[in-house]
Amino acid sequence: MTAKPCLTFLLMDPPFESARTTTAFRLIHSALAQGHDVKVFAYEGAVSLAFARQAAHANGVHGRDAAQEAHPLTREWIAFLQADAGARGARLEWVNCGLCVDERGVGETVPEVRRGSPVDFLKMVKESVNTLVVPTR
Amino acid sequence: MQVLNIVDQAYRATVEEQDDTVLWFTQVLRGAEANVALLLRGSAVNYLVFRQDAGGLAFGAWKQAQPPRVAASIVALLASHTPVLAVEEDLAERGIRTSDCIAGVQAVPRAKLGEIVERFDRVWQW
Repeated sequence: MTAKPCLTFLLMDPPFESARTTTAFRLIHSALAQGHDVKVFAYEGAVSLAFARQAAHANGVHGRDAAQEAHPLTREWIAFLQADAGARGARLEWVNCGLCVDERGVGETVPEVRRGSPVDFLKMVKESVNTLVVPTR
Repeated sequence: MQVLNIVDQAYRATVEEQDDTVLWFTQVLRGAEANVALLLRGSAVNYLVFRQDAGGLAFGAWKQAQPPRVAASIVALLASHTPVLAVEEDLAERGIRTSDCIAGVQAVPRAKLGEIVERFDRVWQW
């Protein structure tokens, strides 16, 4: 199979704090939909995006139980994007900064998320046609 | 591949991280022999002031043993032959004089930023 052009994203924001997270996921989805492989390096708070123990909750203000509320979870977004990529014959590679994981205690991740370091990010950059850093603010 | 890291926010979680996370990241990339340069702008130009001391944090019996030393990180980058640039207007607006700063940093006028960015293959605004 011919390798697809690849884009790398670096994310920094933790989940549930910033609209940049949703925007970044939309960009990743769009890149996959347009025939790119995508590599993501999650740095600092963004390593929690893949944390396997994120839990959906009910919302009394909305008057909905947990099932009705269907609270978005970034770990599910990652899993759905991985599945979407697979269905398109594309690849979504997700690497968490290992030290960032350790200091936050979020080593339990959804499948196919691996630990790495900024050196892995450098490799991703070299294998990609372009790179977008989405820093925290 | 020439990379330019632009930092404009200073002291973002530096006490907790014992470093600026982007300076740290840049040092790791440089250690992997990446051709990377650093441009400080906005409040981040304060990282050049060598007389800064973030030590002394204490909560009850807990005392921070290793506070961040961001100026030392800049010195380390320079020692690894990483070009460090700073926007001269951002220094002037904050009253930071050349004599306050680490030697070896290149002050550049804001009007030249476009030309500088053009020299790099990848530009990451942190």
